[in-house]
Amino acid sequence: MRYLPHSDADRAHMLATVGVNSSDELFDVVPADLRLRKALDLPDHAPEYGVEAHMKALASKNHTGADGPFFIGAGAYRHHVPASVDHLIQRSEWLTAYTPYQPEISQGTLQMLFEFQTQVANLMGMEVANASMYDGSTAAAEAILMARRVTRRKKIIVSGGLHPQYRDVIKTYLSDEEGLVCRPSNAQGTASIIDQVDETTAAILVQTPDFYGHLHDLEALAEAAHAKGALLIVVVTEIVALGLIEAPGACGADIVVAEGQSLGNPLGFGGPYVGLMATRQKFVRQMPGRLCGQTVDADGTRGFVLTLSTREQHIRREKATSNICTNAGLCALAFTIHLSLLGEIGLTKLAKINHANACKLAIALDKVSGVEVLNKTFFNEFTIQLNKNAGQTIQALADRGIMGGLPVSRLEPGRDDLSNLIVLAATELTSEQDIEALTTALTEELS
Amino acid sequence: MNMNREGRPTGTGSAPLEAINKAALLPSEPLLFEVGNVAHSGVDLPDVSIDDTRLGAFRRKSSLDLPGLSEPENMRHYVRLSRLNYSIDAGLYPLGSCTMKHNPRLNEKMARLPGFADVHPLQPISSVQGAIGVIAELAEWLMVLTNTKAVAMSPKAGAHGELCGMMAIKAAHEAKGEGHRNIVLVPESAHGTNPATAAFLGYKVVGVPAKADGTVDVQAVEAALSPDVAGIMLTNPNTCGLFEPDVKKIADAVHAAGGYFYCDGANFNAIMGVVRPGDLGIDAMHINLHKTFSTPHGGGGPGAGPVVLSKALAPFAPVPFVHAGETGLEFVEHVEGTKSFGRLTAFHGQMGMFTRALTYMLSHGGDGLKQAANDAVLNANYLKAKLEKVFTLPFGDQHCMHEVLANDDFLAGTGVTTLDFSKAMIDEGYHPMTMYFPLVVHGAMLIEPTESESLKALDAFADTMLELATAAKAGDVARFTSAPQNAPLKRLDETGAARKPILKWVREE
Repeated sequence: MRYLPHSDADRAHMLATVGVNSSDELFDVVPADLRLRKALDLPDHAPEYGVEAHMKALASKNHTGADGPFFIGAGAYRHHVPASVDHLIQRSEWLTAYTPYQPEISQGTLQMLFEFQTQVANLMGMEVANASMYDGSTAAAEAILMARRVTRRKKIIVSGGLHPQYRDVIKTYLSDEEGLVCRPSNAQGTASIIDQVDETTAAILVQTPDFYGHLHDLEALAEAAHAKGALLIVVVTEIVALGLIEAPGACGADIVVAEGQSLGNPLGFGGPYVGLMATRQKFVRQMPGRLCGQTVDADGTRGFVLTLSTREQHIRREKATSNICTNAGLCALAFTIHLSLLGEIGLTKLAKINHANACKLAIALDKVSGVEVLNKTFFNEFTIQLNKNAGQTIQALADRGIMGGLPVSRLEPGRDDLSNLIVLAATELTSEQDIEALTTALTEELS
Repeated sequence: MNMNREGRPTGTGSAPLEAINKAALLPSEPLLFEVGNVAHSGVDLPDVSIDDTRLGAFRRKSSLDLPGLSEPENMRHYVRLSRLNYSIDAGLYPLGSCTMKHNPRLNEKMARLPGFADVHPLQPISSVQGAIGVIAELAEWLMVLTNTKAVAMSPKAGAHGELCGMMAIKAAHEAKGEGHRNIVLVPESAHGTNPATAAFLGYKVVGVPAKADGTVDVQAVEAALSPDVAGIMLTNPNTCGLFEPDVKKIADAVHAAGGYFYCDGANFNAIMGVVRPGDLGIDAMHINLHKTFSTPHGGGGPGAGPVVLSKALAPFAPVPFVHAGETGLEFVEHVEGTKSFGRLTAFHGQMGMFTRALTYMLSHGGDGLKQAANDAVLNANYLKAKLEKVFTLPFGDQHCMHEVLANDDFLAGTGVTTLDFSKAMIDEGYHPMTMYFPLVVHGAMLIEPTESESLKALDAFADTMLELATAAKAGDVARFTSAPQNAPLKRLDETGAARKPILKWVREE
């Protein structure tokens, strides 16, 4: 077996050293009636080529983003990742290291995390960022719990523009429901939540660009929240947007969480991704997750360590700010490498290309009879209303090899008023031919 | 020092060869913000012009202060940084409770097939039958290995899996009208995530003491049970590296009291193919794919923590889940019409880890997984046999599972602490074991070699450990308190870092 080094002779020698006759004896502490006495009902071990054939057969049953025109976004975006990123993250020293518990021999990971935290904080216009969360949705739920700790208030108002699955995760995390006000999903981007903020409100949570693509006036929201002593939590699911739109921190956000998948990480059918979280310095001790900090070694040389761990479960146990332990280290590495290649200049250019392609797509779709573009504002994603059922139309497009966007009904099945809506995204990978293929097919399907 | 014509040293002259190599091979590296330049970018992109119409009034005015690096500079930065990391590929990594086994590269290759990597989670179900097939197939393997009937695949890591299992337990109690149950029993030797998870859900955590032999005291569990107890969170094999022999009795007692049994599956690697947790009476157990099933730790994630569930808890599993429909595999994504407690993450979980774990399972097969567990336990017991001559093993009179636990009694009076000992291991070329955990043992050293280590590697490691212990006892204290010397940095000031946190690089004006 290629992953097991021992020969039978090795095993015999070791068993003799231990003083037993067989491996079985080592399990004598297990009561006899609890032991499995037969072989597992599973296939036996297989050569590499056999495994490869099996996995390739499964992979071949999936339609990939490269197989045809592709317009799905809705929280996961198809971007190009430079070749060097994937090469670097597969280096043994990154791939096969554990969480940096021994800082003297983990300075690579630690310095990378310090750089990552700085990039994330700068990108969001915030003072401090943590070393990653699982993904955007769980980061949003953790942000709400954090806001409750900071304000010692309960009420949370969630905007109707939040990704429906993020909302469902928040509902699940806050199982009490008490004090959680989730506005109904709103495709128009117009409903305000300001009038619901009061003195018992811990935070309002707003996504921008929102699930339907609309951009929001964060300054007005921050002002309204702060006037009542509440926090503004901003959620970003398309991090590339921050190359072009104002940083939430510069608009007064108190906690910013984001999905970082767009940089460095493939679509991968939904994971693993990387959650980003940033806040103000004064709230840092209520922040969940790991933090990397700068320090010096015994010679006074600069170095980095995990710090403020008295917030964390391995020290505080039931009094921890969160139960999070393993997070998204390698995805954070991919994110930081991609962003350090781009730099501010590259990110801005990338964002412009995304926006320009989305504008082209919107203009083209607007001309299709039976299609109405709902957005006045958007970054690289927007919503269209069809003259017929969106789910059936998307399936018909898929049957033609076109991934035409997300029918909102997939995530909001109970809402008849949303059943004709599609959310579509364009990225730097969207070509004019793709747009033409979509509009042609849509014209035929809708006529 | 003698040099050859290229200026390279040819022998051991006055300057040690090692010191010269150290400069070239153990570089220090400035921060990205010190090597990069905000006026540069390492990605070629066309410059397109846009107007602001669709951006409303929200176009960015502030600078992001993010440097860009050309590809060669970028490559060098991250390659140089990487060399400051210890890794499994470079050496034995005996972190107890972390299962640092070999990460096969076939896993990486399979996860990168475009059919898995370039697939969107919200594509029409008809276009992702292979991806859903991976989830279903992996779930099947996990259910066979554990003898359970359901598995929740979406949890993102072990602690997220704990949350999943405990939420299912909470939902099951509420469904029975027993939502008043507000206590969760947690043994003192548990991982910190266990009490943190229980507290996260509003449960009161009540500790359960261990017996002198390191296993949980059934009588103490029975005494703690009451109509207010929602369940118990128990790790088996436990964090002392021991199988809990009374696990079934504990399960029966908890069930009799109307509670549920959550099992922390962090140590499942020891018992694959030998014991099926479903036969022990568990109701929920997370499985760390990044421990037992070889998906890489990546310097702290991503993990994946699927949770196997008993019949009693299965109806409450979080969405999404897969079932076989008339035209292929179908996906249940909404709680409506189910008893599901909700959704734990956007999308469907750590698909990239699923493809890796399934690749690993297919490679090993059922026979290989059992052999891996056998070898992991044999390796730990072999180390135990070698170390027990000098090290003090608090529960050493029984066979261990896949990890060996020592306390610091053997260091008493030497002036050397567990921390010092760990740092001295670095100087000998090893990553230290888990230290000061579990909390029930003073100065704990928890050593998990995994099945990936050869006999020669184990012998070399044991020799080093014994030599260090002997040196400590012989009074060579400075070697320990000043360690590490042969690492990129000397011992780091963690207290100072926490006292005045610097969490972000700031440009000096």
